[in-house]
Amino acid sequence: MLAANNTVKQAELKPEDFQTIGNNHKEAEVIQRESLSAWQDAWERLRQNKMAMTALIIMILIAILAIVAPHLVPYTYDSNDLMSTNKPPSWDHLFGTDDFGRDVFVRTWMGARISLIVGLAAACIDLIFGVIYGGIMGFFGGRIDNIMNKFSEILYSIPYLLVVIMLLVVFEPSLGTIILALTITGWINMSWIVRGEIMQLKSREFILASRSMGADWKRLLFKHLLPNAMGPIIVTVTLSVPSAIFSEAFLSFLGLGVQAPVASLGSMINDSLTGWMYYPWRMIFPALVISLTMLSFNIFGDGLRDALDPKLKK
Amino acid sequence: MIRYVFNRFLHMVVSLFVLISATFFLMKAIPGDPFTAEKKIPEQILQRLYAQYNLDKPVFEQYLLYLKNILKGDLGISMKMLNQEVTNIISQTFSSSLKLGVVAIIVAVIVGVALGMLAALYHRKLIDNVAMVMAVLGIAVPSFVVASLLQYLLAYHWKIFPVMGFKGPMNYFLPVMALTASPIAVIARLTRSSMLEVLHSEYIKTAKAKGLSWFEIVSRHVLRNGILPVITYVGPMTANIITGSVVIEQIFGIGGIGKQFVQAINTRDYPIIMGITIFYGVILMVARFLTDVAYVAVDPRIKLAGRKGD
Repeated sequence: MLAANNTVKQAELKPEDFQTIGNNHKEAEVIQRESLSAWQDAWERLRQNKMAMTALIIMILIAILAIVAPHLVPYTYDSNDLMSTNKPPSWDHLFGTDDFGRDVFVRTWMGARISLIVGLAAACIDLIFGVIYGGIMGFFGGRIDNIMNKFSEILYSIPYLLVVIMLLVVFEPSLGTIILALTITGWINMSWIVRGEIMQLKSREFILASRSMGADWKRLLFKHLLPNAMGPIIVTVTLSVPSAIFSEAFLSFLGLGVQAPVASLGSMINDSLTGWMYYPWRMIFPALVISLTMLSFNIFGDGLRDALDPKLKK
Repeated sequence: MIRYVFNRFLHMVVSLFVLISATFFLMKAIPGDPFTAEKKIPEQILQRLYAQYNLDKPVFEQYLLYLKNILKGDLGISMKMLNQEVTNIISQTFSSSLKLGVVAIIVAVIVGVALGMLAALYHRKLIDNVAMVMAVLGIAVPSFVVASLLQYLLAYHWKIFPVMGFKGPMNYFLPVMALTASPIAVIARLTRSSMLEVLHSEYIKTAKAKGLSWFEIVSRHVLRNGILPVITYVGPMTANIITGSVVIEQIFGIGGIGKQFVQAINTRDYPIIMGITIFYGVILMVARFLTDVAYVAVDPRIKLAGRKGD
């Protein structure tokens, strides 16, 4: 059509080409296009974002490998074979072996499993606690908000990793204590997001309408305020996963993570430092997996933000 | 303005107090005391040791003593290194960490702003895309991974830089690169988005209409306004570089505070862990306080909001 029109300078239209269709009020009300909810709309936008979709696929692949891969090879993360230490990658050991002759492939994916567990668990706890705390602050406002906000501000201004390090020095590091330590101040950011959203939504007309029809606070909070604040909440949760994964890797790098022989990506990289000149595979594979995991979560989070809140896109 | 600064100051003092108290009571929560694990010590010597570390007094009295000593700048004595004062250990190792940190902060700001500015000025062109890919990578790849890879490629494989140590200027390159990767990424993104906003604003059009040269517009108007959000990042950046240097010093064998901290964690030398934690805490909170104040001083628009808010 376009190509054909380009050759003609002006469309030659005659009066016969037009017809009266009248003023049909019934048809005006018919919805021509399939109606999309806000979520379908966001999904549509997300699907067109190639970077975000690639990131999502990588995330899923990493998750599947972290679950399945350790069962595919005949080794476990702590089975050592002192006859074949520091072997380069081969068909027997896809990622090579470490200084105890342990299979780096299994250990890398076990480490990825721990990273994902810590990341997801920390994000979930942040979500629950942050939404409750932030919800109360935003919904009730006034003095309650003031006091709770001051409290979270003081907690937040204490350097995060210092607190985590202190806690792990005192309590024996294990998966549980790491997650606990990471969430002790991790929820604050979420609570501020929720507070801001709810404060802003609270003054909107639809809340006034619902209030005037006699809705109680439970209905207001769970039916109106939280569902509308869902976008920023989801984005914050997604972006808090990679930061928890980073913190876990950082801590195990310092020797404050899960204890040997359990593998963690951070401790694997730390262990590999003594001999990386000769055995680079011991560092490269865990480094690659942790970087890819964090990268894909970050890119997907950015994509989600663009999809859920197109206004923010720059 | 003065009220705002005072409020921020008060806030900082309270936070520091909470940090100090938390570290103290956490350390007290550890079962046993530092001397129980070691081989049997005669009762009298044990009593002397307790007296030396004030462990024979009630916990609350110890706490008050500890607070008093901190105010005097005394952080106690190391438990593992004979008769070494924690303040001494910190002051001996601080200089290399400080040098590294200051260089890193300067490099991060200059490179980050330059990168973000280029990306904004050549919006949606090749430079922009390259800069933004670098920014995402810088944010996503942990600093110790960057450090290990740099060390492997640039120092060991290609032998451009020394692998370890902290003697000459060549020793700065790799640690600084590893430390600044993520701050540069954040600063570049901040600068880019705020510059894009500024570039589309009315006063830039006015400046163009007045016939100012492109260089003058960028240096006088765009850069000045676009750089504001970067100031807010100075506090978090200090935190980022300090925590980063804890592992970076370890990797590159730099005898700074970070290395001392890791060593203390591994040997569970509690007074040193406490001392360095508090020391880091002071630096970070002062950096945050200065950031808050600087931002109000630089940006006249938020003065009012600051007064109202606090």
